[in-house]
Parts: sequence; C-alpha cells; structure tokens
Amino acid sequence: MLLALAPFLIPLTALALSLVLFGGFVALAGADPVEVYQSIYRGAFGTWYSWQNTLTRAAPLMLTALCTALPARLGLVVIGGEGAVVLGGLAAALAGLALLDAGPWVALAGMALAGGLAGGLLIGLVGWLRHRRNVNETISSLLFNYICIAVLSFLVVGPLKDPETLNKPSTHHIGEAHMLGALGDSSIHWGFAYGLIACLLMWVLYKRTTFGFAVDMTGGNVRAARLSGLPVGRIVFLVCMMGGAAAGLAGMVEVAAVHGRANTSLNAGYGYEGILIAFAARHHPLAILPMAILFGGIRAASGLLQRNHDLPDATSLVLQGIIFILILASEAVFARLARRGRS
Amino acid sequence: MSDGMAEWLNVLIAVLGGAIRVGTPFLFVSLGECLTEKSGRINLGLEGNLIMGAMAGYGVSLLSGSPWLGVLAAGGTGMVLGFVHAGLCQQPRVNDIAVGIALMILGTGLAFFLGKPLIQPSAPRLPAFHLGAWSDNPAVRAALEVNALFVVGLLLAPALAWFFRSTRWGLVVRTVGESDDAARAMGHNVNGVRMLATMAGGFLAGVGGAFLSLYYPGGWSEGLSSGQGLMAVALVIFARWDPMRCLYASLLFGGAGALGPALQSVGVTWGYYLFSAAPYVLTLVLMIAASSTRVRSGMPGSLAAR
Repeated sequence: MLLALAPFLIPLTALALSLVLFGGFVALAGADPVEVYQSIYRGAFGTWYSWQNTLTRAAPLMLTALCTALPARLGLVVIGGEGAVVLGGLAAALAGLALLDAGPWVALAGMALAGGLAGGLLIGLVGWLRHRRNVNETISSLLFNYICIAVLSFLVVGPLKDPETLNKPSTHHIGEAHMLGALGDSSIHWGFAYGLIACLLMWVLYKRTTFGFAVDMTGGNVRAARLSGLPVGRIVFLVCMMGGAAAGLAGMVEVAAVHGRANTSLNAGYGYEGILIAFAARHHPLAILPMAILFGGIRAASGLLQRNHDLPDATSLVLQGIIFILILASEAVFARLARRGRS
Repeated sequence: MSDGMAEWLNVLIAVLGGAIRVGTPFLFVSLGECLTEKSGRINLGLEGNLIMGAMAGYGVSLLSGSPWLGVLAAGGTGMVLGFVHAGLCQQPRVNDIAVGIALMILGTGLAFFLGKPLIQPSAPRLPAFHLGAWSDNPAVRAALEVNALFVVGLLLAPALAWFFRSTRWGLVVRTVGESDDAARAMGHNVNGVRMLATMAGGFLAGVGGAFLSLYYPGGWSEGLSSGQGLMAVALVIFARWDPMRCLYASLLFGGAGALGPALQSVGVTWGYYLFSAAPYVLTLVLMIAASSTRVRSGMPGSLAAR
C-alpha cells in the first residue's frame, strides 16, 4: 500500500522534513520558527493579494520547469531553461517591435511564436548535439545559458538599445496596446494561463497519445526503442524543442506582461528554479503545477520574511536547496523500502 | 615601437597575466573534479563549493588574520559539501546530476546568507610573487604578479598526475572509476573510494573559491563567481581527465576570460559582453569538436556507462 502512495508520499515527506530543517536553520539565525512559518503562509497564501503575488510568480516557473521535465522523461538532464528564457524574451521583444503597427492579437501571437521558436531551437540544438555527437546535454545547455546571457547583454547595451533607457539598458518598448493583459480584474497576467495550459497539454500528450508512449519507450531503453523502429533522433529533437519552446514562452511572457522590453531582468533565475521544480515534481507535468505554486509562494513570502524577521533574500534559496536535497534523498529511501518490500 | 603596437603588446601581456590570475580557480576546481571523475562520479555542485569556499575563506581570514587559515577553512567547507554529495549519490536511484545542482543551490544560498556581514570589511589577502619588479611598465608588473596559490596549483598538477600513474592508491581510484565490478572483485570499497575522492575534490574546489575572495577579484560579494565551478567540469572533459592538461586548459580559459577586460583597458569597449562569453564558446566548440559517436578515449568507464 505504501508503494502505491509513494508518488505522493515522497514529495510530501520531503516537504514536511524540509520545513522542520528550515525551522532549525532560522532558529539558529535567531528567528522564531513558528513565526517564520506563519509569515511564509501569510506571504504566500494568506490573502487574495498574496495569492495573486504567488500565482504571478508561479507562471514563468511552470513553463521553465517543463524545459527540464520534458527531456528528463527521455533520460536527458537539460538545465538550459535560463538561456531559453533569455533568448525567447529577446526574440519576442524583437517580434513585438517588428509588429508595432499590427493589431494586438497579431502582435501577441507573433511574439509568442518568436519566443517559443527561439527557445525551442536552442534546446533542440542541445538535444541534437547529444543524440548526434554524444555531447553531454547538461554541460552544453549550461554553457548555452552563459552564452545567451552574454548575447543579450551585448545587444541590449549596444545595437538594440533604446536611448531613453539610461538606467537599465533595454530594447524599445513594444507599446502598451500590445502588452499581455491580466486575467479578469486580478493582477495575475495571462502568463499564468499559458503555464497552466502548457502543463495540461503536455500531460495529455504524454499520457494519452502514441507520441507520449514513444517517449516513454525511448526513455526506458534507447536501444530497444531504436530496434522497434522508433525515430529516436527525431523524438529527442522534438521533445527538447517542446521544452525549450515552453521556456522561451516564459521569456515572452516576461517581456509582454511585465516589462514591455527586453533587458537583463530576463536573467532572473527562472530557469534554475524551474530545474528544481521539475525534479520536485518528479518530471510529471501535472505535479509541476502545485510545485510551481509552492515555490512561487516561497518567493512571494521572502519579502515578508525580510521585513518581519530580518532574514535576507538568500533564505529562500536555502529553503529551496533543502527541499531539493530532501526530495532526492526521500526518493532513495523509498527505493530502499521498495527493495526490501519486494524481497 | 609605435603606439598601436605598444597597445596590442599591452593587451597580450594583460591576457597572459590574466591567464594565471583568472585561471587559478579553474585550476583548483578542475583538478578536484578530475580526481572525483577519475573515481567514476561527476560532481556538478562544485559551483556551490566555490562560492561557499570564497565566503568561508574570507570570513576566517578576517577573524583569524591569516589568509592561509582562510584557505584551509575554505577547503574544509568544500570537504563537507563533498561528503554530502557522495553520501547522497551512493544511495539507490539518486541522480548525481540532480544532487550536484541541489548542492549548488544550497551552497550558494548558505554562502550568501552567512556572508552578509562580510561584504564591507576588508580581510587580509593572499601574498604574491612580484616577478615583474624588473620592469617599468605597470602592465608588465601587474601581469607578472604570480599569486602564491597558483604556485601551489602548479605543483599540484604534476603531483596528481604522478599519483594516478605511479601510486597504488591512484590505481585504486582509477580501477573504481573504470569498472565497479572489477573494483569490487578486487576487494575495494567502491563507495568509500568515491566518497574520499569526492571529498578531496570538494576540498580543492573550496580552495579555488578562497582564491576568488582572497586574491582576485578579492573581497566578498554575491556576484563573485560566474559559473567557474561549472565550467571546470567542462574543462575536465576537454582535458581528457589528465591533470597536466587541466593545468594547460585552465591557463587557456583564464586567458580567454581576461580578454574582455584587457581589451577594455586599451579602450576597445565594443562587444565587451561578447568577449566575456569567449571561454564558454571555446568550451562548447571544443566539446563538440572533441566528441564523436563513440566513447571518448580517456574517459573513466563508469562515467561512460551512464
């Protein structure tokens, strides 16, 4: 029975233990753990205001988590979400500028397409390099992160700079009319809906289509998959493209819903947090949703932690690190229990 | 010598000096990762070791007044992180890349958290050998300031190569890295050897981090590292798991990293960020060029099996 509930118990136990450890950590730092828990809850889920904050922050995370989770089902560890976000945001901003005179729907569609394509091609390249030349996808995607950030910095302070943005060099504004609006009369922008739809779509794709089945087969045993005639190279490329497109879309959302321009704010760690969330959700597209909301909540609460308890920004990094490690450890514990249960 | 020529000579000298300066952390982290990977494990968490080492080194140097104690403390924190990494990775069904990333985040978070009081004060720095004192040219003098830690690394690389080649312990590490089964058949404790190798590797990475805060760029801040810990992993692959090649590659990467600031110092500001991407592009190109559809020669067997 324990094994049947394992997919839920694993992350739940890990989260519970993380909270305990984190409580110990803040106690050492001089804060009251119980009050800290309360602040986290209040900052993340306590009021409608904090909910909006949480969901807005969760939106890009859902998309960047897909960038790691989708290839992970093939057995690839891709950590290039950051680069894909940056590239996607840049491409979206450029598309938005090219479509300045078009109607808002066309402009947004163009931006989304550009962002998705840019991110998708980047991670697709990573997958292709892995499949064709056996280049380690973790390291190549990591290197691409740095390269993309450097390209963004170069373009934004140089050829693409809007002369009016002196304090924070950025591209020209895409125009208020073309910005991505909010859902209803909340302050949550449409990016949240994008993330939600993307995860649901991916779940349907993986669980209900033959493509998803092919991916599972390839992830399980590459040689068997190849022997049964599956086009492994194409599958790898497609899956990586989809993951990269999701992260690129996150970049587009950052530009279209938040800043209106492309600048170094695109490099905000969404990609790296996405990696965490993907692993915490054990690469299941539906599990990404609650995990992203959880981590979004932690980030949303960090301001409150700083004000009420004098805990620096890095505190949420520590909490995330603890959660990540315990989730990995709890997976090992359950594997041992399963082994013992079977014998 | 015309002005233009003198300028370009200055750039060259700056790049050479930068190769040593910027390359030192690469040297230590790559030697440490070389040891870890020779035993058959890949440790991506070294970026966390680097940052944690930088913070701990700076803090201990400040408290104790001795930068070398700081270096030792930095190595110590690296060892602890290496212990956690190895401990987690030897459990069943744990993905060592995920563990590495987790420790990178945790190490970074802890370092930023604990390092808050270290941003302002100034701690004693590591000494350097002023090999350029004979010159009147300030650029030459700056370039030929060889820091003491680099000298340590310079001696460490051939020592490590000798360790792998000619000692019994080196053979044990290599056997464990080549084949779990063969090592176990010979009676070696595979997990134990990997744990020690990861801890030693972590120690070296921590020392590399101490260099960042105790020499160059010096001081503690949250922007101290820019992925050097992770690049070192690529460096080890590029160096084909050979300590001496790690030394040469570190100098190469250091030089590439120094190109941007060197050009800036002669007034070439165009494309500054593009030059800062040079080492990453170099690594990528080399990884692609050196790769093939077959297993790379020199790769420890246990790494190839993943």
